[in-house]
Amino acid sequence: MIRQELKKLVVYGFFLAILLIPMLGFKSTTFEPGRAFKTLGVFMAILVLNLIVKTIRSRKKQEDAEPKTPLTERAAERINRFPKIYTLGGLLVVAVAYPMFADNYMIDVAITCLIYVCLGLGLNVVVGLCGLLDLGYIAFYAVGAYTYSILNLTFGLSFWAALPLGIVLGMVVGCIIGYPTLKMRGDYLAIVTLGFGEIVRLVLNNWDSLTAGPNGLFGMKKPALYYPSFAEDSFSWAIYYLKSLPALYYFILLIAILTIISVRRLDNSRIGRAWIAIREDEVAAELSGVPTTWIKLLAYALGAAFASVAGAFFAAKLSYTNPNFFLFMESCIVLSIVVLGGVGSIPGIVIAAFVLIAAPEVFRGLENYRMLAFGGIMTTMMILKPEGIIPASRRRRELHEGEAIKPKE
Amino acid sequence: MTTTQPILELTKVHTYYGNIHALKGVSCSIPKGEIACLIGANGAGKSTTLMTIFGVQQASQGEIRFKGQPIHKLRPEKVAAMGVSQSPEGRQIFPRMSTQENLEMGAFLRKDKAEVERDLEWVFSLFPVLKDRVRQLGGTLSGGEQQMLAIGRALMSRPELLLLDEPSLGLAPKLVEKIFETILEINKSGVTIFLVEQNAHMALTVSRTGYVMETGRVILTDKASALLENEQVKKAYLGE
Amino acid sequence: MAVSFFWFLYANFPPSAFTLPNSNEGRILNPMDLSSFLLQQIINAVFLGSIYSLIALGYTMVYGIIELINFAHGELFTAGAFIGLIVLTALQQIGFVDAHFVLTMIIVFGLAMAYVAVLGVAVEHVAYRPLRASSRLSALLSALGMSIFLSNGMMLSQGVSDRPYPQVFGLESIEVMGARITNGQIFIILLAVALMIGLQLFVHRTRLGKAMRATAQNKTMARILGIDIDMTIRITFMIGPALGAAAGVMVGLYYGAVRFDMGFIFMIKAFAAAILGGIGSIPGAMLGGLIIGTIEVMWAAFLPSAWKDVTTFTVLILVLYFRPAGLLGESSTEVRV
Repeated sequence: MIRQELKKLVVYGFFLAILLIPMLGFKSTTFEPGRAFKTLGVFMAILVLNLIVKTIRSRKKQEDAEPKTPLTERAAERINRFPKIYTLGGLLVVAVAYPMFADNYMIDVAITCLIYVCLGLGLNVVVGLCGLLDLGYIAFYAVGAYTYSILNLTFGLSFWAALPLGIVLGMVVGCIIGYPTLKMRGDYLAIVTLGFGEIVRLVLNNWDSLTAGPNGLFGMKKPALYYPSFAEDSFSWAIYYLKSLPALYYFILLIAILTIISVRRLDNSRIGRAWIAIREDEVAAELSGVPTTWIKLLAYALGAAFASVAGAFFAAKLSYTNPNFFLFMESCIVLSIVVLGGVGSIPGIVIAAFVLIAAPEVFRGLENYRMLAFGGIMTTMMILKPEGIIPASRRRRELHEGEAIKPKE
Repeated sequence: MTTTQPILELTKVHTYYGNIHALKGVSCSIPKGEIACLIGANGAGKSTTLMTIFGVQQASQGEIRFKGQPIHKLRPEKVAAMGVSQSPEGRQIFPRMSTQENLEMGAFLRKDKAEVERDLEWVFSLFPVLKDRVRQLGGTLSGGEQQMLAIGRALMSRPELLLLDEPSLGLAPKLVEKIFETILEINKSGVTIFLVEQNAHMALTVSRTGYVMETGRVILTDKASALLENEQVKKAYLGE
Repeated sequence: MAVSFFWFLYANFPPSAFTLPNSNEGRILNPMDLSSFLLQQIINAVFLGSIYSLIALGYTMVYGIIELINFAHGELFTAGAFIGLIVLTALQQIGFVDAHFVLTMIIVFGLAMAYVAVLGVAVEHVAYRPLRASSRLSALLSALGMSIFLSNGMMLSQGVSDRPYPQVFGLESIEVMGARITNGQIFIILLAVALMIGLQLFVHRTRLGKAMRATAQNKTMARILGIDIDMTIRITFMIGPALGAAAGVMVGLYYGAVRFDMGFIFMIKAFAAAILGGIGSIPGAMLGGLIIGTIEVMWAAFLPSAWKDVTTFTVLILVLYFRPAGLLGESSTEVRV
């Protein structure tokens, strides 16, 4: 066994050398093997470590019996046993108290995380509940952001007036994107939605007269609260702009909580069940009387609605928007949040959003390696734990079913 | 121990599809040069048996030996290399390859070009209609032609053991007769044949030994001629 | 649906957009000018289309055999361009290039393609093989992760900015009926065609090529016939990416620069080409590449070129709406998630 593994190690090392040395060794016509060998060394170290771990594991008498339930699952079980009220209550307390002991930078990070929570949950409706592989989700986010920006700058509409319009427009775009794809199978759906996402971004980039193109729009007003004021013995509505970071934080926190509640309700509703039926087997669902056409459109529309809200908030908070905020990479990130957190699992997605968005901030020093690590982690997670950090239990069964009958490799 | 060991021997084979226990301890033994058949209702596990022999489905328990060698842990590619071939359920013709190419694929593992040519001619002599369709794409052939192509392709590897899965399925009675005549002729040339069939009558007529299968178990084994007279078999499978 | 589409069209392309490019303003367009202008566009279209076809072939071959869209393909294309750059620069430094042009090209293309073939197999082994039995979503994300990993790897190793390609083709061109076709374009088109012919021959005449086709059409049956599908898949991952690498070198040679993220836009268009032609179909990829190239060039010739990519995507979506299997594709009865 060891000899085989060692042979594999040598082969891998050889091929890694072939791959790394040309790419890393040559920088503008000079040959500097130093970097290449260092990277090679890192990879080899990882492989050797892997080998050592595997050997230790096989030495311990673990046969093909029940493997020990992984750490996260045991943790999840423990958490589940704890009365929900306490966990949620505790989290709420922490969330509300957060701005008091965090500095502006950290609050800003938290705001971003919460935005992505909303996005992740929205995408979860499309991908997780309904099983529609949407790679262009970021387009709806853009629609929400730009709708608010344009309405506010051109017509002076307040945030609250523009928001419903943004949601409606988002839903309309969702239906436009959804309609042609109704009959498409998984992979084509992915490409087409990717195409749509790009189309939206390109339109925003090129339609100068409306969107100021690559310069972006700026100067939007922040969302405002109106409260009755009794100054000078007369009743009037005073405006309070949510300009400070803590104010914005609480606002997005509220939005996120509402999103979580909505998704929860959808999950358990008839519509939610219809979506799950479509995801599992569309033909069977159709035959059982599920009106697949407009239910799928509804999935797109509702997912888009959540994204539009997030987008409007995003534009308002930053008072600036730009097509480059809505690249394909963003769709990837949101999709990763959903899948790595656990498709269909609300706590998983929330956690994944925080991990994926906050972690790079924490590791600011290694800026260059951020995305590299991100890509590597995505692939690795899919190989090792495709059901996500906190899997929805149904999904885990689905994904590991194939392993029982996998033939000898 | 007999001096001539059986060419194929299954001993208490169990196979699972996920959680479904498809084969529950199947055993059988086929002597070299014989035609044996496996009959039973739909879903009894007949095709699963052939797939398990080939390693497409892995047996979770039990042994399968081909010419005395254990093959139950081998991958299908290796089983094929040992001299077994199959005309599977549904024929599985390569739809966008021509008749000629399908047959050539049958001889994929062989290196002796001249002999392959000879076998090609032999297959054409068995199934003359294939020669007319030699350039036609496999997907455009009729059901009967596809069945002949599937069997012909299986023969191209010069197998010692040929597994046939439901060769009569969906074919007109006259064609079925022709196919079974050809099966006899193939057997005469020295190929052992293990035949899985729903058409119990035809199967038992050409075979020497018969196995009757029901929900994953072999419930009866006997000389085919005896099974034809067997009351149970007659009522359940021969429609009498 | 049609209404919304036309509204979209009108809103984006008000009539003022329908003017010929500025350079022609003031000139009297006579039929001869128009026909040579068209011919020029056709030449450009064939040129661009060949490149897209080569990349699309990589997608279609991989999809045909393991039903997975290789998102990392764009990065493999870029890697080819970089390796080409490295080799060419080295050869140029020792003065090899001017002396032996053809040999240089062979070495540059050969090494780039060989490198990417190895890289392709590595990607398959690391990111796709372990997920063969898994859900489509997992494989998709794994592919995406690989794509991100590779593009950032190249950014870190080769720098963020455009890297210039040594000029190999002179500016000489041949004139054909008023249109110009440069030496570079001729070379690239010929090479692309040669590679495609080579591929067709391989896939239809050789044992391995037929094994690849068989595996793509029916994996289980191929195994029953003794074909080692792991090896077949590996070979597919050598040839497909290698073709993409060749395209990468071509792009580098012609446009004069490479960037670590140039894979993305080429990837999307090649996707579109492969799907347009019917994914899994090799002739389809060739046809699709040509069509996409033509659309792009023709659009840019007569209409605001900023919108050309939008048009490409829109055409793709329209085609898929009316013919979900693509132009030359099989109408599939399987619905997969």
